[in-house]
Amino acid sequence: MKLRALAHSRTGDKGNTANVSLIAIDPADYPRLERHVTPERVRAHFAGIVHGEVVRYALPQLGALNFVMADALGGGVTRSLALDAHGKGLSAALLDLEIPDEA
Amino acid sequence: MKSIRLGAGAGYAGDRIEPAVELAEHGALDYLVFECLAERTIALAQQARLRDPASGYDPLLEARMRAVLEPCRRNGTRIVTNMGAANPLAAAEKTRAIARDLGLTGLKVAAVIGDDVLEAVGTGDYQILETGGRVRDLGNRVISANAYLGAGPIVEALARGADVVVTGRVGDPALFLAPLIHAFGWADDDWDRLGRGTLAGHLLECAGQVTGGYFADPGVKDVAGLSRLGFPVGIVTQDGDIEITKVPGSGGQVTLATCKEQLLYEVHDPARYLQPDVVADFSGVAMEEVGPDRVRVTGGRGTPATGLLKVSVGLIDSFIGEGQISYAGPGAAARGRLALDIVRERLSLTGVTASELRFDLIGVDSLHGPARAAGAPEPYEVRVRVAGRCDSLGEAARIGNEVETLYTNGPAGGGGAWKSAREVVGVVSVLVPAALARPSVRMIEA
Repeated sequence: MKLRALAHSRTGDKGNTANVSLIAIDPADYPRLERHVTPERVRAHFAGIVHGEVVRYALPQLGALNFVMADALGGGVTRSLALDAHGKGLSAALLDLEIPDEA
Repeated sequence: MKSIRLGAGAGYAGDRIEPAVELAEHGALDYLVFECLAERTIALAQQARLRDPASGYDPLLEARMRAVLEPCRRNGTRIVTNMGAANPLAAAEKTRAIARDLGLTGLKVAAVIGDDVLEAVGTGDYQILETGGRVRDLGNRVISANAYLGAGPIVEALARGADVVVTGRVGDPALFLAPLIHAFGWADDDWDRLGRGTLAGHLLECAGQVTGGYFADPGVKDVAGLSRLGFPVGIVTQDGDIEITKVPGSGGQVTLATCKEQLLYEVHDPARYLQPDVVADFSGVAMEEVGPDRVRVTGGRGTPATGLLKVSVGLIDSFIGEGQISYAGPGAAARGRLALDIVRERLSLTGVTASELRFDLIGVDSLHGPARAAGAPEPYEVRVRVAGRCDSLGEAARIGNEVETLYTNGPAGGGGAWKSAREVVGVVSVLVPAALARPSVRMIEA
C-alpha cells in the first residue's frame, strides 16, 4: 500500500536542505510508520534528488516523523534551476512510497 | 490567567489582505502581526533601495496599512511587522503618512533598525555555512548582510508606546514572541516560556498554513472555504500555553492535523529550533482539540540562546536562462523528448557556456526526475523546459532562444513558446556574535 493511505506530509526548506514531515492520520498507525519508513528507505526513495544525508527525528506523542534531507534542493532555493525550487512537492513524492500491507 | 490574542495577518510578502482585515475587525486581537520577509526578499529590497533611497520596504505595505490601521486603532490592536525589509525608517514614515491621511492623529510608529551588518560582515573573516568559503572572498558580489535580530528592540518599542512596530530582519517567531514578553514581563532567561512563545510564533508565522491552507488533498484531506481562508489567532497565557483558532465563519479549519503539519514546517531537529532569543524545544509538544477549530498546544520548552546570530548574506550569484514550449496529442511525449535532444545539441553546437543545465518534460519528470516517472501512463500533453546557469545575461538569453527556434526548426506542433533570462540574487548564511548587531528604535508620531 502507499503511505498516502496512512499518513500526511508537508515539506519545508532552508537553504539547500529540505525537511519532510510524515504524520499518521490515525495515531494507532504510527508504529508502522516508524518501522517501515526508515531514513535508509527514504534516502533510496529520493535517489537522484537527495544527494546528502537523511536524518529522522521522531515525535511519537504526535504520531509524527521528521526527515531532514541535506543537499536536496539543487544548490538552494534562491539559485536552483528546478521548477519547484523549494521542493514543495517532495511531500507528495514521499506519500508515494510503498509499505507492506498488514492487519 | 491573563492571556493575549495574537493574529497572523500575512504568511509571506504577497499574501492575501482581506483575511488580515477580517482579523482586525473580528479577531478581538491585542496584536496583529505580519511576517513578510523571505530569505532573499531583503537582498532584493536592498537593490531597490540602492536605485531609490526612499524605497526598499515591502511593496504591499501601503495597501496593508491602509486596510488595517483604522480597524486596529478602533479595536485597540497593535501591529508588529517586518515589512520594513531593507528600509524600516522609510516604511515607518510611509505608515505615518497613511495614518495622517486616514485621520489617525497621534498614532505612534516605531522603526527597528540595526539588522544591517553589511559593513562588518562584508569585510570580515566569516565562514559561509553552506559552502565553507569566506564572505570577504565574494568581493563585490555581496549586496546585503542582515542579522536575524531577537525580540529585544520590538519589546522596547512596545514599552515606549508604539501602536505600530516596523522592523527589517528579525527572527520570524520573534515578531510574535516580543508582544508576549512585553505583556507578561517574561525574563530574558526564562527559557521555557521563551521557548513556548517561540512555539506560538512558529505556528502562527505562516498565517493560513495552520488554518487549512497548503493542506487540502481532495478525498483524503478535504478543506472547505479555501477561497476565503481565515488566518489564525493564537491565544497565549502568562505561562505560555497556546490555543490556535480562527475567526468564526471564516474558511479553512484548525485541527490537530493542520497544527502538526505546521509544527514541523521548516524545522530540522525539533529539540533545537535555533532562534536569537532562545533555543526552542518542540520535542515534547502535545496537542489537543478543545473545540471546533480550536487546538491547545502545550509542552514547549527552551534552552539558553547560543549567543550567535544568523546573518543572511545576499549576493549576485549568476544568470539563469530558460525556455519552454508545449506539445499535445498522440506522441506528445516523444516529440517533447526530441525537442529536448535538439536543444541539448544546439547548445553544444553553438557554444553556449553554461555551468549547469537542466532538461525537463513538465507533466512527466520535471519535479522528481525520470526514476519516479518510469511506468507512468503517457500524458496527453507535455511542456518542454530547458534552464541553464551562465555568467552573463547575454549568454543566459541564448538558452531561451534555442527553445523558441523550435517553432520553425523543431518537432511538429510545438506551441506556446516562452523564454526568460534573469539575474539571480542568492543567499548564503554566516553566524556572528550577537554583540555585532546594535539594534535601536526610532519613534515617530502621526
